[in-house]
Amino acid sequence: MAPNMNPKKNPMPAQEPEVRAHNFFEVATGYTEEMAIDEALRCLTCKNMPCVSGCPVNIHIPEFISKIKEGDFEGAYQIIQETSSLPAICGRVCPQESQCESKCIRGIKGEPVGIGRLERFVADWHMAHATEAPKAPASNGHKVAVVGSGPSGLTCAGDLAKKGYEVTVYEALHTAGGVLVYGIPEFRLPKAIVQKEVDNLTAMGVKVETNMVIGKTLTVDELFDMGFEAVYIASGAGLPNFMGIPGEAYKGVYSANEFLTRSNLMKAYQDAPVTPIMKGGKVAVVGGGNVAMDAARTALRLGAEKVYIVYRRSLEELPARKEEVEHAMEEGIEFLLLNNPVEILGYNNPDDRRDPKNGFVTGMKCIKMELGEPDEKGRRRPVAIPGSEFVLDVDTVVISIGTSPNPLIKDTTKGLEVNSRGGIIVEDATGATTKEGVYAGGDAVTGAATVISAMGAGKLAAKSIDEYLSK
Amino acid sequence: MNKIVTRKSLNPTVTLLEIEAPFVAAKAQPGQFIILRVDETGERIPLTIAGYDREKGTVTIIFQIVGGTTEKLNHKMEGDYIQDFVGPLGKPTELEGLKKVCIVGGGVGCAIALPIAQALHEKGVEVTSVIGFRNKDLLILEDEFKAASDRLFVMTDDGSYGRHGNVCVPLNEMFEAGETFDEVITIGPLIMMKFVVAATKPTGIPCTVSMNPIMIDGTGMCGGCRLTLNQDGKKVTKFACVDGPDFNGYEVDFDEAMSRGMMYHAFERHAHEEACNLFKKEVN
Repeated sequence: MAPNMNPKKNPMPAQEPEVRAHNFFEVATGYTEEMAIDEALRCLTCKNMPCVSGCPVNIHIPEFISKIKEGDFEGAYQIIQETSSLPAICGRVCPQESQCESKCIRGIKGEPVGIGRLERFVADWHMAHATEAPKAPASNGHKVAVVGSGPSGLTCAGDLAKKGYEVTVYEALHTAGGVLVYGIPEFRLPKAIVQKEVDNLTAMGVKVETNMVIGKTLTVDELFDMGFEAVYIASGAGLPNFMGIPGEAYKGVYSANEFLTRSNLMKAYQDAPVTPIMKGGKVAVVGGGNVAMDAARTALRLGAEKVYIVYRRSLEELPARKEEVEHAMEEGIEFLLLNNPVEILGYNNPDDRRDPKNGFVTGMKCIKMELGEPDEKGRRRPVAIPGSEFVLDVDTVVISIGTSPNPLIKDTTKGLEVNSRGGIIVEDATGATTKEGVYAGGDAVTGAATVISAMGAGKLAAKSIDEYLSK
Repeated sequence: MNKIVTRKSLNPTVTLLEIEAPFVAAKAQPGQFIILRVDETGERIPLTIAGYDREKGTVTIIFQIVGGTTEKLNHKMEGDYIQDFVGPLGKPTELEGLKKVCIVGGGVGCAIALPIAQALHEKGVEVTSVIGFRNKDLLILEDEFKAASDRLFVMTDDGSYGRHGNVCVPLNEMFEAGETFDEVITIGPLIMMKFVVAATKPTGIPCTVSMNPIMIDGTGMCGGCRLTLNQDGKKVTKFACVDGPDFNGYEVDFDEAMSRGMMYHAFERHAHEEACNLFKKEVN
């Protein structure tokens, strides 16, 4: 078959911006079979496969794309499955533009091959057509505990289960999935897909125990006492950071974690929710990552009349996935770049202390920034422009400026060392912590990062645990 | 799913539930809390642990009916199950090194103060308890406090039982008489704790308060339970779920905590009415 030399990717079919801004259904609706084959034909099947090196789990990209070209979608799935446990999720949430697609030869003179879109197509095709649930392999008699059921924990559990380990995943919340469930909204990652991945794991014999807070309900040492021979800690990022500016305690100021958890996990977006959330009004989201985009677009869908992203650097430095930024802009979210909040303002009626409006947000004072000298990471440092303060008229503020590690496991696990920022210290090559038999990965180690890097850490830990227990 | 093994109505608005939760019961200590969801679509609410039986594997909670969720919980009977029950969360109350302690409980907060009084009493600590209620009908746990205290003051705001007045009345009398304690531990409505802290401050006696802000996960993820401490003139943000729920009362910004606690007041009142109407319909 001759390659398709169209310099542009097949566009991703999506709900129209004005429609999707008012619903929580998935924004991108996915390639058809024809689109997938047409896009696959753009791949030149390079011998040196630069794309593979850009993938944190090294999916055999040209091979699965070749199968799509042949119309063998199940074959394509099987190839992805060899290295990635959660393709339907990664195809949706990976920042492909800075990973596999950034290395694609087609990207030099035009757009790279839509690898993420193809991965998603293949995974969705498999989900829609697969008839058999995965089977539980024969047990090898070894027991491993996984702490946290987010992308890292699920990946590690899946890889170990395939090798015959008896895996129990402990989840602190009432639903498995971690950030995939409480953090990433339905319109970007439907919860049914996450549930399907969890169901696949349980079909393979993985036990998932919810409502178990490791570090509180059970300690890591107690897991060993219970007969587990190795423990993988993938407990996630932890406590939200605040800016430390006046007014952050006013009613209407949320961390992104709280705002998204209320909407996603607790379903506050549905009609007649039992968990409340502030809906409507004018909303400012502070920060420029994927979480900030998710919060802004959630606020919009909850009925906000105006949503701002307030970010202290420029569009170039904005860390969010490109597609999310584009989607957010299309939906009408206004980007206030090179702006930094200095104070959140609240209502205070001095004549009536019982005024129900007291203590609610009335605005956010910001200062304009300009980019100065580059910092140690090469990013130009934003510097405030004196006298440029102004008040943004908002009644809800969502702060999305990262997280600090959760102290619960560190505080209760002797011999587990953490770095100055509270992240668990691991050996890069193995994921082994300073405590024998204990491995760690994902945000608990790195601080807030991506789903795919957390999965990569889960794969590495599964391999290391297998080697450790096979000795 | 966790089974309710005992249900007791302590007064018209306060109910006790003893719930099967062996993992929680094995670890629970005074001052810690749990998070529960009544049913599959329910919200997560934190409740402080009022008691535990390690052998039976049960945990006791005592709650006041304030919103939709507590209304639903109140309709669960012995033998019924609740969907989720997770804990023990938060740090236990510090009980080491104390010889003479004053415990001040208000309303349903007395349910949380009781296990602290009991634990101290068992350790041989001299316990003075002051418990206050709006009126006689709302009185709970008097006998239990009597058994766990060397001295007990029962107060009602309207004088319908015990002594007339709020919990600060006997506290101030004791301080004026020159009495001193190693620590004052207070649990109850924010406004009451604020006044207990203010009354204790001139004496220099350490004063610990138990905060119960709005929470979702309760494990250090959402940040909804944050409160501000004034530490040496510096404002510091802390999280009740992992840093508390006990804090140094002299550092807590109570006005801010009270304001934040009211965030969903209108929503809660509406939810409570809805839940009540639902149960009325079921009865009809």
